[in-house]
Amino acid sequence: MRLIKNKIELNGSGTVTLCPEEPEDMWHAYNLIRPGDLLRASAIRRVTTTQETGSTASARVHLTLEIRVKSLDFDPQLSQLHVGGQIVNETQHTKVGQHHTLDLELNRNFTLEKEVGSDGEGVGWDSIAVQMLKDAVDEGGKRRAEAVAVVMQEGLAHICFIGQFQTILKQKVEMSVPRKRQGGSDHDKGLSKFYQVTLDTLLRQMEFNTSATSLASNDPVRPVLLASPGFVAAGFLKHIQSVAATSMPALKRLLPSIVVVHSASGYLHSLAEVLQSPSVKTILADTKYARETKLMDDFLEQLRKETNRATYGPREVEAAVDQGAVGRGGGVLIISNRLFRSQDVAERKRWVSLVDRVRDVEGGEVRVLSSDHESGRRLDGLGGIAALLTFPVVEEDFDSDEEQS
Amino acid sequence: MSRHRVKAVAYDDDDFDDGYDSPDPEEQEFVQQCTAEVLTQLRTGEPSVTATRDEVQEALWHYYNDVEKSVNYLRNKIVKEMKKKGSASAPAAKVKGSAVPAYPIPLDLAPREPPHFCAADFFRDSPWLNVPAHRKANILIEPLYPRLGLLGGAPESSGKVSKLAALAAARKKKEGDKASTAAPAQRAEADKRQTLSTEQKGTSLSLRERLAGNGKPQKTESAPSSRPLGKLSRLGSHSPQKKPSPEPIKPNGISQVKPTDTLNKNAVGPMINDEGKKEPTVNIRASPSTFASTIVGDVTRPKMTEPSPLYSNSLDLMKIYGQDLTEPFDFTGPSPDDVVLNAQNSAKGFKSKQSALKTTSDKKNQGDLASGMNNLSVAEKVTVKSKNLDVVSEYQRSNRKNAMNFAVVGHVDAGKSTLMGRLLADLKAVDQRTLEKYRREAEKIGKGSFALAWVLDQGSEERARGVTIDIATNKFETEKTVFTIVDAPGHRDFVPNMIAGASQADFAVLVIDSGTGNFESGLKGQTKEHALLVRSMGVQRIIVAVNKMDSVQWNKDRYEEIEQQVSSFLTTAGFQAKNIAFVPCSGISGDNVTRRSEDPNVSWYTGRTLIEELEATEPYAHALDKPLRMTIGDVFRGSVQNPLSISGRIDAGSLQVGDQILTMPSGETATIRSLEVDGEPSDWAVGGQNVVLNLANIDPIYLRSGDVICRASAPISNITSFTAKVLAFEHLMPSMVDIHRGRLHVAGRISRLVATLDKGSGAAIKKKPKIIAPGTVARIVVDMDHAVPLEAPTRIVLRAGGETVAAGLLE
Repeated sequence: MRLIKNKIELNGSGTVTLCPEEPEDMWHAYNLIRPGDLLRASAIRRVTTTQETGSTASARVHLTLEIRVKSLDFDPQLSQLHVGGQIVNETQHTKVGQHHTLDLELNRNFTLEKEVGSDGEGVGWDSIAVQMLKDAVDEGGKRRAEAVAVVMQEGLAHICFIGQFQTILKQKVEMSVPRKRQGGSDHDKGLSKFYQVTLDTLLRQMEFNTSATSLASNDPVRPVLLASPGFVAAGFLKHIQSVAATSMPALKRLLPSIVVVHSASGYLHSLAEVLQSPSVKTILADTKYARETKLMDDFLEQLRKETNRATYGPREVEAAVDQGAVGRGGGVLIISNRLFRSQDVAERKRWVSLVDRVRDVEGGEVRVLSSDHESGRRLDGLGGIAALLTFPVVEEDFDSDEEQS
Repeated sequence: MSRHRVKAVAYDDDDFDDGYDSPDPEEQEFVQQCTAEVLTQLRTGEPSVTATRDEVQEALWHYYNDVEKSVNYLRNKIVKEMKKKGSASAPAAKVKGSAVPAYPIPLDLAPREPPHFCAADFFRDSPWLNVPAHRKANILIEPLYPRLGLLGGAPESSGKVSKLAALAAARKKKEGDKASTAAPAQRAEADKRQTLSTEQKGTSLSLRERLAGNGKPQKTESAPSSRPLGKLSRLGSHSPQKKPSPEPIKPNGISQVKPTDTLNKNAVGPMINDEGKKEPTVNIRASPSTFASTIVGDVTRPKMTEPSPLYSNSLDLMKIYGQDLTEPFDFTGPSPDDVVLNAQNSAKGFKSKQSALKTTSDKKNQGDLASGMNNLSVAEKVTVKSKNLDVVSEYQRSNRKNAMNFAVVGHVDAGKSTLMGRLLADLKAVDQRTLEKYRREAEKIGKGSFALAWVLDQGSEERARGVTIDIATNKFETEKTVFTIVDAPGHRDFVPNMIAGASQADFAVLVIDSGTGNFESGLKGQTKEHALLVRSMGVQRIIVAVNKMDSVQWNKDRYEEIEQQVSSFLTTAGFQAKNIAFVPCSGISGDNVTRRSEDPNVSWYTGRTLIEELEATEPYAHALDKPLRMTIGDVFRGSVQNPLSISGRIDAGSLQVGDQILTMPSGETATIRSLEVDGEPSDWAVGGQNVVLNLANIDPIYLRSGDVICRASAPISNITSFTAKVLAFEHLMPSMVDIHRGRLHVAGRISRLVATLDKGSGAAIKKKPKIIAPGTVARIVVDMDHAVPLEAPTRIVLRAGGETVAAGLLE
């Protein structure tokens, strides 16, 4: 995402003009734009005009509309963001108060304005929003390589794209592979068919150029991680090699970027193990994902070893912060950015203030995990928030109904 | 009519006397016999006609001395002639003449007046017409008429007329009718031609009736008594309602009708029955003109005593309808197809017949094509007939050997497959030639010691890598029991497969590598995990095969060390001491597997061999009366005959060939086309048996291994969340897990830790723990991404990161 114009006031209000350049930028926009904000972007609107005679004419007009955001709809598969709201600027074709849904487009600027109301409604550009903006703009503009991972087991493959902030499950391949039987070759046949289907799907999702002439081209090929328990991934690699050697020479371009790693199962949550494996770490050196995964593993390890020096769950973490346990000297607050996406302003303020307090007052470390990564999902399972504590905190018994939040 | 009869009798008698003057005596004699027969039949039959001897003999010659056909032909011919004569002569004479041919009339009317068809058809099953069709048919024709005639000899009142014959007859009749209708035609309106013709015929009939009544009074009397009373009374009560004015005539009319009927013996039922029905039709008709009345004569005069033309008219109409009714719609008679077949049989070589045959068969073919197209559908439903056996009693009656499954578990490279291969080889479950082949092939790739394992490791990858990947099943028999081996993989990556295998087992054989270091690493690895898994899967008995004893020279101390360590571990895992057995053995040499070792080093061991230990196991009872549950182990293409087969072990209940089953979670139904129990075809199967079901009427995409087969009457429900009481093997916290139940393997996550429980009492110790320590019993809530068929009480295994983290019971 490119930052075109930044006019954030000291009080937190102000406007930012951004230009999304990559599909993942839409995900950033999704996190930045909140209900109540003002969003200005180009739009195509169908305008119906009624003549005096009663005849109607409908035309599609290109407009620049400013809306007050009411709802956001993000499609992670296609990386599309639809922002719905009411129009606040009057144009030739629209009236104030009419509803419109803006579809943000790549390489088209949009302007986002956050307001701080006098009576506290609206949160403006708080610390989290500014941090998110920084993440989104990606200082220096150096994008780290993203990878394609195929997590598979016999008869099941998940093809996903690992980005900086997102893991997108692109496609799931599920096939019934006959088990081995006395004197039957169905298993091998079924397995090679499964490999072929997976390969076809993978190439389609990668938009890999399979024409013979593409060998000469120098398009960079993203690393491909093949992960499975047992020998499935190795068998798949062998299959790709044999296809490359026989029917599809263009695949030779792909072969060097393939890495086979071990995973415990063919389900997506095994990706954590994949990304921690040494051979993958060398490829995806310092991705946010790898850091986040590491963080989660550390947390769980701590929870296992010294149960009282780690905690999770909204109330527990807040209690720990109150006791000053998330402070200097190893205190880490781990929070999923799902919590900041809350529709409720008070809810968001609660988490932003907690983050600010840990960072600024207590001096602890704050890590915001992307809920669209596997580690973020693991964190969501723990209630979206967890903390490594500087000293053991004896946990209180919370009443069951209290904790249902 | 009576006059004809008298005449005929005389004529016949005369002829009969002087009939012997043929050149070929024998043949001639036969011809004479036939002639006599024909004449008699002509005379006695209805209508009774006479024929000259020459005519008869000519007809016989044409029909190859077929009496019946000749009779028909002659009768038709004479009747026609007479009709012609009658129409040409004076009205009175005509009436007499036409009295006889009146019978065929209905038949030709049928093709000419299609509306009658419809009406008759329409009222056919009306209650007041409800004389069974077969009865009418019986009265009509049966004794007299052959099925089909040639040269127009087809019996016209029979229901079995081919269409061509009917057409021909109709044409002839038309000609005759034209002549006969010519004179009295003026008597009705011109615009009611059809009605007129019938009406006129009716008039003629009525006249004839009168005649008949005069000529044969005795029959008139006898007829009413023979007639069913019900009909009479019904008619009597019926008619007054509809026609009050001519009421007094009515009974008379009926009585007049009856003689006719009895004389004719034709269409009695339909006539009477139709009468009431058809009266309205009669009513709208104009009364006969004075001219007509004059011509006909006595119709108008004795209104009270004689039947009115209207009534006789209606009667005649009834008769027509009645005959229409019996003829084309006589479903009790042979179908058109049968007619064709009969014709084929009876009249081969006759051209006219063949053409008729051809047309009908063509039509039939077209019909077949059309119906074939209708029946055509993409998926052909297979219907399998169920034998409706009482499977449980069938099972109790069949004196089968005990059947038991055991899982072979243990750390990787403990020699599980080799030990089982040895067992199978020594029990001759695998023939020597196959073994030799394996040995040669294994040596070729430098893995000679794997030859025995290849008996079970059939997969190419398994052989190439020398490691079992998926479970293999094989069976062998002893005197008492049929054992099914479930050889599980030992490698940690294939624990899901091992869980699938162990879920099918009644008891387990834990194979332990006694080699130095191997035992210790195993105890930390899958020896421990597998033992815990089989225990949490509900297996009570475990036989510990201390394998590879030859590699430690059958060292007794080593054995005892292993025995002591393993038994203490197994006891903590929850096995009772009496359910644990130890056998020192060697899979590669076969010592103490099926035969006692002859090695002097083993003399210290006096216990049972492995096979004896296996046989000592008590059979396990399965819940046969519970609803059917079977987890699909594999979906495959069995053969060309059975394009879709599933295998697995029936957990509970029973099934048989022809049963409708329901697969979950897809919720699709299928039919069991056939099934195999332990590789043998069978009609039924019960819980505990390993079966292969050949299915029909289902698409393979609805079947995956891990799905559950049940019945629609007692389906297993698909759930996305469940509460389970589990024993934690690792730290448990809300996290992603894999859920295993037999072949079922799905992703899910622990969403809540409800409480830690006391091991003994099951009471909650701590609610909402932050983390559950290993070895604790806890109640947890697990959410799954997709709905899966699970129901309490089911044993599940939770794994995460390649390790078994918990196992327990669904609540």
